[in-house]
Amino acid sequence: MMRLPILVLAATASGAMAGGRLRDPVPIARNFLVGVFEWFGDLGLFCARLIRSALTPPYEFGELLRQCDAIGSKSLPLVALAGAATGVVLSLQTRDSLVRFGAKAFLPAVIVFSIIKESGPIITGLIVSGRVGAGIGAELGSMKVTEQIDAMEASAVDPYKFLVATRVVACILMVPLLTVVSNFCGILMGWLANTLSEPISLRLFLEDGFKNMEFTDYIPPIVKTAVFGLTIGIVSCFQGIRTRGGTEGVGRSATSSVVLSSLFVILADVILVRLILMIWG
Amino acid sequence: MKDEGSEFLIRIADLQKAFGRQKVLNGISLEVKRGETVAVLGRSGGGKSVLLKLIIGLQAPDGGSIQVAAKEITKLDQDQLNEVRKRIGFLFQQAALYDSLTVEDNVAFPLSRHTKMSNDERSNRVHELLADVGMDRDLGKMPSEISGGMQKRVGLARALALDPEILLFDEPTAGLDPITAAEIGDLIVKLKRKRKMSAVVVTHDVHGANAYSDRMVLLHEGSIAAEGTFDDLQGSQDEFVKQFFSYGSR
Repeated sequence: MMRLPILVLAATASGAMAGGRLRDPVPIARNFLVGVFEWFGDLGLFCARLIRSALTPPYEFGELLRQCDAIGSKSLPLVALAGAATGVVLSLQTRDSLVRFGAKAFLPAVIVFSIIKESGPIITGLIVSGRVGAGIGAELGSMKVTEQIDAMEASAVDPYKFLVATRVVACILMVPLLTVVSNFCGILMGWLANTLSEPISLRLFLEDGFKNMEFTDYIPPIVKTAVFGLTIGIVSCFQGIRTRGGTEGVGRSATSSVVLSSLFVILADVILVRLILMIWG
Repeated sequence: MKDEGSEFLIRIADLQKAFGRQKVLNGISLEVKRGETVAVLGRSGGGKSVLLKLIIGLQAPDGGSIQVAAKEITKLDQDQLNEVRKRIGFLFQQAALYDSLTVEDNVAFPLSRHTKMSNDERSNRVHELLADVGMDRDLGKMPSEISGGMQKRVGLARALALDPEILLFDEPTAGLDPITAAEIGDLIVKLKRKRKMSAVVVTHDVHGANAYSDRMVLLHEGSIAAEGTFDDLQGSQDEFVKQFFSYGSR
């Protein structure tokens, strides 16, 4: 949350210095703040319409399945690769530190806990923000500027139900599943990296790693990733559907979808970790 | 639902719309009878396309009244507005086909959502609609694989899918070569005779409009500058009307 005032100040300062001349920063800061409040206001109205459209029948199950495929299965290789890389790096870095402190035996548990509780969810959230956020922002933005969304409304089809609700629900369903894949690849590659330095059987590695894990340890990360999915879906659909200004606007929407959904995923992570620690200790 | 008693399908009174400080429509009043085709002419940026979007409820007016099939659309909720929209077909300027769907799926889109047709019935209906516009050989193609004129034909088939009573055309011949533009114009005349629908056609094409419209309305600076048949407007002494028709005839 500390980053937001810094961003406001940076944007205000760059606006005030635009054109090489120092302009009065007060109206620039005021316009920027009005823009920020307008954005949140529009987001609130967008969410209200989204909830209404998502909850009232008929439901677009066919389109939901198509979006689950587009968001889930097509993100799978990238998420698996990112998870595997995290596992390798975590194993190499942590091993070095634990050896120094004479706690090498804890390595499997550290890798498993770290990946399941934090690294897996946040890496998956950020990867999906990049791949899916850009895709949704650009697709909906392009549909907006080419009047396809207007055409849908003119056909008496609610675009919030057909385009937005399906994408948001697909994100909520797919991000936790992708996180499971990312975790699996991370733990597997963590073991592989570890066993290359000091051979250990996979079974023993997993037994040591999961020995102290309880069922309640799995619930918060799953809830967290579902919230990441909700955040990515809402922010990127919102940025896409409010696109203005032709192809340039589509580019802006794609970029802002990625930037804002990544930023909100990180903010959500901070808030959720605090909440999880309060609730589950 | 058909409101058979009413003579007018569209009644617009004192319609006003502004974007920021720019007044686009300033007190427009217009009526369209059943089976009548009205061409709306005017300079680019004169509010013609905005007028169509106001009629179908895609934008909200700042003032005035819009009645479509005896329903005041400015006062309808979303569900009621959608019921009215099912009775209107809209052909967009760039056709606005869904680029992730094939030609066939584009036309089937409104049918699959608003009718209880079986797959076979829907497929037959799509074939029939595409045959009407001469596009029944390109069912499996994507919109990006067909020309602008063909996209407009498919857009027209999609607009006709729910058998609407009213058709709104936004620049149906803009950006097309003269032959394709004439073909689209002929298509509008053919559909008008076959389906007896009311239509509002926004266009710059004065002579094309003469071929398919019963009446013309010329917009200028947010107001109606002239109204009547092609001959009425061509004989007008108003400077803007004379200028518009002299350039339009070149």
